[in-house]
Amino acid sequence: MTFSPALEARFEKFLAKYPADRKRSALIPMLIYAQDEVGSITDELIQELARRTGTTPMQVTEVVGFYSMLQRKPMGKYHVQICTNISCLLRGGDELWEQACKKTGLGHKQVAADGSFSLEEVECMGACSWAPAMQVNYDFYHGVTPKQLDVLLDSLAAGKKPEEIAEVKKVSC
Amino acid sequence: MYNQPHPLEVKVLTRRFGLPNSRSIDTYMANDGYTGLKKALEMTPEQIVDYVKLSGLRGRGGAGFPTGLKWSFVPRTSPKPKYIMVNADESEPGTCKDRLLIENDPHQVIEGAMIAGLAINAEQGYIYIRGEYRYLIELMDKAIEEAYAKGVLGENVMGTGKRFHFATHSGAGAYECGEESALLESFEGKRGNPRIRPPFPAVAGVYQSPTILNNVETYSAVAPIFQQGAEYFCGLGSPKNGGTRLFCVSGHVERPGVYELPMGTNLLKIIHEVAGGVRGGKKLKAVIPGGSSCPVLKADECDINMDFDSLAAAKSMLGSGGIVVMDEDTCIVKAALRIMRFYAHESCGWCIPCREGTTWLRKLLQRFHDGMGTRSDIVLIGDLSKNMLGRTFCPLGDAAAMPTIAFVEKFRDEFEAHLDGKPCPKENISRLVAA
Repeated sequence: MTFSPALEARFEKFLAKYPADRKRSALIPMLIYAQDEVGSITDELIQELARRTGTTPMQVTEVVGFYSMLQRKPMGKYHVQICTNISCLLRGGDELWEQACKKTGLGHKQVAADGSFSLEEVECMGACSWAPAMQVNYDFYHGVTPKQLDVLLDSLAAGKKPEEIAEVKKVSC
Repeated sequence: MYNQPHPLEVKVLTRRFGLPNSRSIDTYMANDGYTGLKKALEMTPEQIVDYVKLSGLRGRGGAGFPTGLKWSFVPRTSPKPKYIMVNADESEPGTCKDRLLIENDPHQVIEGAMIAGLAINAEQGYIYIRGEYRYLIELMDKAIEEAYAKGVLGENVMGTGKRFHFATHSGAGAYECGEESALLESFEGKRGNPRIRPPFPAVAGVYQSPTILNNVETYSAVAPIFQQGAEYFCGLGSPKNGGTRLFCVSGHVERPGVYELPMGTNLLKIIHEVAGGVRGGKKLKAVIPGGSSCPVLKADECDINMDFDSLAAAKSMLGSGGIVVMDEDTCIVKAALRIMRFYAHESCGWCIPCREGTTWLRKLLQRFHDGMGTRSDIVLIGDLSKNMLGRTFCPLGDAAAMPTIAFVEKFRDEFEAHLDGKPCPKENISRLVAA
């Protein structure tokens, strides 16, 4: 399996972080960065990373099943994650979730037929004081209203990049 | 910073927040940065540990264990390599402070970790950052790079001939990995199941080697303790609860936000003065004082000093500093249900009382919330929770059970109001308020 030179360079860096006989430590970071490039954790990827970290494909599969961010099937180009945990719930997180379902016609962990969007109701993302919060891929959005959510999703669907959307600003940078 | 600071704040860990380019090493070093490390480099490991003890610092991850004492448990003379681990897997509902500490002042975290390294002769440290915080991993990588370029990290720390290396490590989404032994498993590339203890990480942590494992806020406090003095830090808090705390106020208040306040600040003062009071002039109903794992306080229990000992005396916990405020229109059954859905989702499945207990509690609470509960369910919810206590490898089972017991005991009337096929009596009101 081949990866981009940038990802190969990253893998090399990851493997150098840990003692030479502890390559397995690099497994989870490698999985998540590889998923960003490949789209999901494929069987082929499992074989490849098992080989590179001195583990068995079964050990890798076991790990993949544990972590909520690791996906066996590709999510949408924009993976919309909405927190409905307690702090967000108290500030309208469930309304935001309902709006997202209505707007996209998707449910929890469903992917649009054209692969543009996917939706996930997530647990606390560490933005409790600025609730309700959501993430699109790795970008954070704070204090999102259902209306802003519509604008954000419409703009993304129209091909705008997150940083070009003035009405709803991503906060993480 | 995502909220306005408040004049009542005592800025120690957050004092560089808001400075231009606060995350750069130049800003850090122009504002006392790495002077604490310099001081520690001239001390013996014993002196460093004693100095941390003197500061009264207690672990900011949730348990509040005295940090100096924790460090003293590490067998310094062990022939094994020693490690420093920074827990940045912040995921306790209600908690959003570690994110700010890394985002605004990453070098303070590095300095704290390096001082911990000197205390046990460790030459390698890692920071385990939750996968969702990708931008913080990149930001921390940049800070680490700067520290290497300036000769702070590396083979010759500040020209002293000592060695210390530091690297980021990404998680991939699992609340359980914030628990120290599960974090260590995850760090080794495995499922995040907890380890049985003893041995504790101090003796057998990273790669079964002696390890100091603390929260981001704890390490962030170590730097100013050495920069500004342990006595100064200790004097800021209440007895046996040194320093300040980053309180994350969320929920039904006018000005939710993260505020750095002295340990022992009165909870009502935090809610009414710092956070601007309950939203819309509503009455206060309940407060979760330290993240979702902590037993709820009723409004009349909120005249309390926010430190580890006062909260423990009130049968709750200071936890991770996440203050979740609920107004009079909040449905407690709905709150309890949402919290249990979280624990049922995050239970790693390793221990049966937790795996089965959280799942059954979720089902029971859901049925109750849907208006199909029975009077005996109220008793069953309480009994089931109590049966989970102390019967699991890690505290997740307790963390799910304790708040549930408190919800049922303190708000039994609300559970009873859901009976006899009644739908959630508060539902319509809370919808209107939130809209």
